[in-house]
Amino acid sequence: MKKSVFLGALTVAGLAASWATAGTLDDVKAKGFLQCGVSTGLVGFAAPDANGNWAGFDVSVCRAVAAAVLGDPQAVKFTPTTGKTRFTALASGEVDMLARNTTWTFTRDVDLKFTFDGVNYYDGQGFMVPKSLGVSSAKELDGATVCIQTGTTTELNLADFFRSNNMKYEPVPIETNAEAQQQFLSGACDVYTTDRSGLAATRAAFEKPGDYVILPETISKEPLGPLTRQGDDQWSDIVRWTLNALISAEELGITSANIDEMAKAKTKNPEINRILGTAGDLGGMLGLDKKWAYRAIKAGGNYGELFEKYIGEKTAIGLARGLNAQWKKGGLIYSPPFR
Amino acid sequence: MTAISDNEPRAAFRLSMLIYDTRYRSLTIQVVAMVLFMLGAGWLISNAAANLAALGKPLSFGFLSQPSGYDINQHLIAYNSQMSHARAALVGLLNTLLVSVMGCVSATIIGVFIGVLRLSKNWVVSRLAAFYIEGLRNVPVLLWIVLAMAIFIETLPAPRAFRGANPSATMYLDNMVAFTNRGFYIPKPVFHSGSWLVVLVFFLSLVGIVVFGRWARKRFEDTGQLLPTFWIKLGIFFIPAILFYFIMGHPITLDYPALKGFNFKGGFHLRNSLIALWLALSFYTATYIAEAVRAGIQAVSKGQTEAAYALGLRPTRTTQLIILPQALRIIIPVLISQYLNLTKNSSLAIAVGYMDITGTLGGITLNQTGREMESLMLLMAAYLVISLSVSSVMNWYNNSVKLKER
Repeated sequence: MKKSVFLGALTVAGLAASWATAGTLDDVKAKGFLQCGVSTGLVGFAAPDANGNWAGFDVSVCRAVAAAVLGDPQAVKFTPTTGKTRFTALASGEVDMLARNTTWTFTRDVDLKFTFDGVNYYDGQGFMVPKSLGVSSAKELDGATVCIQTGTTTELNLADFFRSNNMKYEPVPIETNAEAQQQFLSGACDVYTTDRSGLAATRAAFEKPGDYVILPETISKEPLGPLTRQGDDQWSDIVRWTLNALISAEELGITSANIDEMAKAKTKNPEINRILGTAGDLGGMLGLDKKWAYRAIKAGGNYGELFEKYIGEKTAIGLARGLNAQWKKGGLIYSPPFR
Repeated sequence: MTAISDNEPRAAFRLSMLIYDTRYRSLTIQVVAMVLFMLGAGWLISNAAANLAALGKPLSFGFLSQPSGYDINQHLIAYNSQMSHARAALVGLLNTLLVSVMGCVSATIIGVFIGVLRLSKNWVVSRLAAFYIEGLRNVPVLLWIVLAMAIFIETLPAPRAFRGANPSATMYLDNMVAFTNRGFYIPKPVFHSGSWLVVLVFFLSLVGIVVFGRWARKRFEDTGQLLPTFWIKLGIFFIPAILFYFIMGHPITLDYPALKGFNFKGGFHLRNSLIALWLALSFYTATYIAEAVRAGIQAVSKGQTEAAYALGLRPTRTTQLIILPQALRIIIPVLISQYLNLTKNSSLAIAVGYMDITGTLGGITLNQTGREMESLMLLMAAYLVISLSVSSVMNWYNNSVKLKER
């Protein structure tokens, strides 16, 4: 029995690995849909709405890729993954790409054999506490009980932060964001820690968001972005340049409102023409058609539109652009040129 | 035999005999099956190895000596985030063993108790026991674990409820015990100088109990006189140690938990993840043990009881001397598999955030290092070793109680 289970595991690993080596673009085209790994539910980034349609900032990246490759932003199937299951899901070929608040780190890029295709949100780890606790700085958290999602970089940052500040803490490992909320709200832990965007999104879903504060300290750099398997450069390029197209579109003023007009005929700006396929054939170089970026941008709008729609200041999550403003406005969002 | 076969004309061996001759056929089938099995296994292993190599991840256990980088809340041995992944796995293994041992002990006690109640002549009692058994064991144990945890988190007060002049929650037993939604805090004994003598006396009295038991048994067999052994043993257990405790001037004190800062400090902290897992596993497994106990007792023929009564034995001694020794033969093999089940079910710990070996080696370590194959192989090997050890110990015990056929 033991042996057969072991062999079964070997088979799965063997088969999964052999799928992973096939060309992902051809796979996706043959399937007719994109299999996208997202989080198990983080309002604003990836969460199903009342009708079961996934929506959010991360989800939009998947939809843009689906629009670019397949011509239909709805041709996406979503696989909810936890912090623990996401890498196995991607490495085994269960999903074609991962857009799930995943931090770009050296070991994930090099040792886990993934390719990070850019950054769609510059984040950092923070702490959320109930106001009634009367804490105003993370340095005052000595001896606190901290809820933490297991299998994430936050776990390692947390250990480092408390160690370097000579403080003790009691980690309470938790599998999903929803379970963390339950424990945090009932007071089973004093502090909830994850990326600041995640904290803001989680707090927005609380009954009384005003009773909780996010402490000012940011204890880590968390560049979050979509990732793909290493070794399939064509597919990685498609995901990377789809994201870049969304970013460039904001920089160049291409919006979902004016894109049809701009794409009708050549504009005065040659870069816009190249992006929208009215000049040159950048799409052909990717193995796609000329209108790929047009469809990607039209799917949900440019980077700035997506930001405002799902996580911006007017939404319940209320995140300021901050580091995620365009480079011309003092942020870090910057796309290499389309030429 | 040899004489007969020598006389028979021995046909020359032909290849077709491998299939048509019953003497060789079963051998042929076994060889073919073996070769196919080895080929299949070899193919799977080489395929997995080749694909892992193609992914650039050849099998390697070097990650075990790297610093783990994460903290574990419950560690029975010294541990911090700068220690290796191997150490983290060991911490997890000890946590697995802790909850398994606690679970096996309490499941046995509850199981035997319920199993006996199930046989009660009182209709209400036996129905209640049946209701408990059928109700619990027909729901997956994962749900019981999650339910137990949810009850702890939602119904018990947070530590901050104990604060202030008019706290909404209070400690129990003269401020010795606190039940919070982070776990139970109980006093911890602190050993001062001179306490070793008390501990020594306590262990000596344990030895004394065994010696006395043997002596009383021998006396009973020689003279037929029964002593009230239970009360005497109880006396040996308590009196000398308590006496020495006072003679040495209270060398052992209790460290009470007290609310300091965010949490209770001092005393033992039994995390609610441990308690939830332990309770759910023991109550769930107890249902199976109860059924095994009931079946074992019922399997002893009624004639045995009647014969014992006819010899003038009282009901309690009939149970002790006649029924239980025979019932144990039937109960123990089932008990072995229930202990194994409980140990393996403890891997559901991650549902409540209990850091067992599945949570450390098969969870965080696997995730942070990306070594799925290696971590899972080690994890399976660990469970295999635990299970085989448990069953060999239990088999040894089973051999010692089973009917000796002479």
